[in-house]
Amino acid sequence: MAGTSGSPPALFFFKRTTTLWPSPNRPTGHCPKGRAVQPARQGPIAQPQGKVSPVEFFQHILNALQFGSFYALIALGYTLVYGVLRLINFAHGDIFMVGAYIAYFVAVLLLGGEGMHGLGLSPALTLAITVPVTMILTSLVGVTLERTMYRPLRRKGADRLYVVITALMAGLMLENGNLALLGASRKSFPELMEKVVWTFGGVSVTNLKVVVIVAAIVVFVLLEFIVTKTKIGMAMRGISYDKFAIPLMGIPLDTIIVVTFILGSSMAGLAGILYAMSYPILEPYMGALIGWKAFIAAVVGGIGDIRGAIVGGFLLGFIEIGVVAVFPSTLRDLFAFSVLLGILWLKPTGLFGVAQTTKI
Amino acid sequence: MPLLEAKGLTRRFGGLIAVNDFNIELGEREMVALIGPNGAGKTTVFNLVSGFYQPSEGAITINGRDTRGMRPHQVTSLGVARTFQGIRLWGEMTVLDNIRVSQHYRAGYSLLDCFLRTKKYMIREKEIERVAWELLEAMELKEYALELPRNLSYGLQRRVEIARAMSLKPSLLLLDEPAAGLNSADVEGLIKLVRWIHDTFPVTIWMIEHQMKVVMSLCTRIKVVDFGATIADGTPEEIQNNPAVIKAYLGDDTI
Amino acid sequence: MQKHTFTISLFAGIFLLTVLAQFGVINQYLVSVIMLMGVNIILSTSLNLVNGYMGEFSCGHGGFMCVGAYVSSVVTVLCFSKNHILGAPLLPPSLALLAFPLALAAGAAVAAVAGLVVAIPSFKTRGDYLAIITLAANYIVISAIDNMEIIGGPRGFMGMNATVNGMEGLLDIPWMLLWVLSGTVFTVWLLRRFVSSTLGKGVPAIAQDEIAAEIMSVDTNRMKLIAFMLSSGLAGLAGGLFAHILGYVNPHSFDIMKSTEVMVMVYLGGMGSLSGATLSAILFTVLLEVLRPLEIWKWVVIPLLLILLMQFRPEGIMGNKELSDLFPKLKKYYSFK
Repeated sequence: MAGTSGSPPALFFFKRTTTLWPSPNRPTGHCPKGRAVQPARQGPIAQPQGKVSPVEFFQHILNALQFGSFYALIALGYTLVYGVLRLINFAHGDIFMVGAYIAYFVAVLLLGGEGMHGLGLSPALTLAITVPVTMILTSLVGVTLERTMYRPLRRKGADRLYVVITALMAGLMLENGNLALLGASRKSFPELMEKVVWTFGGVSVTNLKVVVIVAAIVVFVLLEFIVTKTKIGMAMRGISYDKFAIPLMGIPLDTIIVVTFILGSSMAGLAGILYAMSYPILEPYMGALIGWKAFIAAVVGGIGDIRGAIVGGFLLGFIEIGVVAVFPSTLRDLFAFSVLLGILWLKPTGLFGVAQTTKI
Repeated sequence: MPLLEAKGLTRRFGGLIAVNDFNIELGEREMVALIGPNGAGKTTVFNLVSGFYQPSEGAITINGRDTRGMRPHQVTSLGVARTFQGIRLWGEMTVLDNIRVSQHYRAGYSLLDCFLRTKKYMIREKEIERVAWELLEAMELKEYALELPRNLSYGLQRRVEIARAMSLKPSLLLLDEPAAGLNSADVEGLIKLVRWIHDTFPVTIWMIEHQMKVVMSLCTRIKVVDFGATIADGTPEEIQNNPAVIKAYLGDDTI
Repeated sequence: MQKHTFTISLFAGIFLLTVLAQFGVINQYLVSVIMLMGVNIILSTSLNLVNGYMGEFSCGHGGFMCVGAYVSSVVTVLCFSKNHILGAPLLPPSLALLAFPLALAAGAAVAAVAGLVVAIPSFKTRGDYLAIITLAANYIVISAIDNMEIIGGPRGFMGMNATVNGMEGLLDIPWMLLWVLSGTVFTVWLLRRFVSSTLGKGVPAIAQDEIAAEIMSVDTNRMKLIAFMLSSGLAGLAGGLFAHILGYVNPHSFDIMKSTEVMVMVYLGGMGSLSGATLSAILFTVLLEVLRPLEIWKWVVIPLLLILLMQFRPEGIMGNKELSDLFPKLKKYYSFK
């Protein structure tokens, strides 16, 4: 991919590896993306493995932040539900996938494409509508899951394990239901945002990358505010300590739980649409690996703690990019999981987690 | 050589001193009580002695052996058994199995023996079962042997717990509030049971208890703690009239 | 005589199946289903030890199966098959019969050692955190093999047919069926002996109250070690058998989907019930075959079934009872306690 100036950056994303999910690629030093301004004099900057130039280094940091943002957004959903219900919502990664698909269908409906005429709206307008609609519809999916599957078990006072298993199965149903209903062909997400690339001394940043990172930060700030300053947020925190005192605050338990799922799922939906815009190939199992990884990231950060989710998510992003920069990309998952495992060995409750002691 | 000796035992949790310079010496076949207001650190002492916590300072010797650094099951094998404030029976196992499993250290056979059902295995298992049945019989629990604990009354569960502790053939039995939650009839039964155990087995019983009836009728020596520190130590008569003890429980006249 | 009825009928049954398979009375398809049942029983009962009896949440059983599959396959292929690692086979095919169980044992042993990865953290943590460690371990195993080009990496590894052919060359009977059935019986026998002993009962004691267990003389670390290593070792055995049934292995057949399958079997059967795990493995295998025409919808129906199970009968088919608890008269027919 030498000096393809002016070529649509979308081309960059179709360079797929054999893995099902796009790997956070080697730095764009290899493939200078559409530098519309400067002439493409350089060829692919082939850095020998293991040696990283300052330019590449900053590029890595940006990629890590971007990928970390996805993990962070998804990890937030895990951590919120766990903090409130002590439940690992294994279906969450697949809610992310559903979010991406919802975004796809809404976008295609509004924009037109895939042979459909659609409503023929402009990409910008489509984007403006798709994002909130996706978030709302995805949170609906999450809440439906809660109402139909988790709540009945809660009512019965069922063992937490049964709910976890239900979550796992729900996730499987979503994945395979998608595969069964929509077939195995991958969907490609239409381009909704015109890519603008800025370059600073060799480091190229797309506006999309910035949007993703900013979104994660905004979401974090928003959530921190909600959880620490609003009544419902404090109730959310309080539930994990004492389930029965909370209704005394005037908010029914079920409402808090629904709000938790709304927050978590809409975040996953946001992650879904941002991810679809960044890596526009959708397929039914896309939520699986990312979901598991985001979950592990949330645990490493200390599950139940919002800061933990953010830190864990970005940490994972950095680990992955770091590994890919130095080693062959097939080792990426191996290293990422090993490092996370190592952190958990050393600090089993995660970075921000608090050990729970049992009183005899 | 005393059965149990604690010297300068201290345990801190962060800034909180739960147990402060606790000293005690227990001989054979004694019946001693540890009393004090709630939160005085009594259960913490038990946890230290049974190996669940490590002391921040001080030493514990059991039969001459320093127990610092030992894990609970190792301390148990030195001859220490205990019951808990709440009932901690294994709920999905029968009463019989509860008594069997607590003899785990006496299993003594290897995994291979277990798989091949060697002679060693058969002998050991028979012994374990024999001890279990004998104990159940002696403590009048035989008819409940195949029941699950949750189907038994609280008083019976307490008795099973004590039986379980006794199956370890301990020389030191720690009872943590054995009478808690029992009605007066069960308390009578408990007193009889503890007295019977003390008379029948060569065991020292050290109990934490709030119900003075139990303490006064059973124990020859009482140690009183408050805020982790010892405030009195002596016979029941001495303790009853000790002003420091009265103050600790009831407060004094000064405002 | 009556006491041994079960054992006798068991061996008679195996003999009968082998004979029927040999003479084509039961067709190849049915034979492969039976073999798959056997493998599933091993997987299900071994995971039940950890997830059922010990009350943990291990989501990575597929990883141990993978270890066993690859180790035993590499051993047999090196010995009996032309391969690109060493070239010619090391041993003559007549030794296949002798070498095969050794290869299986090697696979199981290495898988048991791999179980340490999960066992040691379990000393300090439980529940959700341990679940993640098992998950990560599963992925690490697969990732590691993906990166080992020498054994085929993501494309898989094959050549185990040569070993099976070697065995059949000696005596032309359906050897794999025999091995699988033997392995299944061995597994259930082993586990049964373990959980009925006082030593084995330390495992559910840890699950039901670890602190009480620790204080009541159970060496919890040792028990956890035994349970995890036994469980992963047997999974390795299942893997080795599985690999040689197919003649081909691919690391991705042992991923989270496989682990989930095994978990479905365990929870379907009832945690802490050996007979439950066995029954559900059989049921599940049948279900997979019956639902085969549904193709991908199969994997929508099965999770749904389990969700409904969790809603209405979460303790599974057997709960934590054994067959002999439900049908006490059966006790007359077998001699093991």
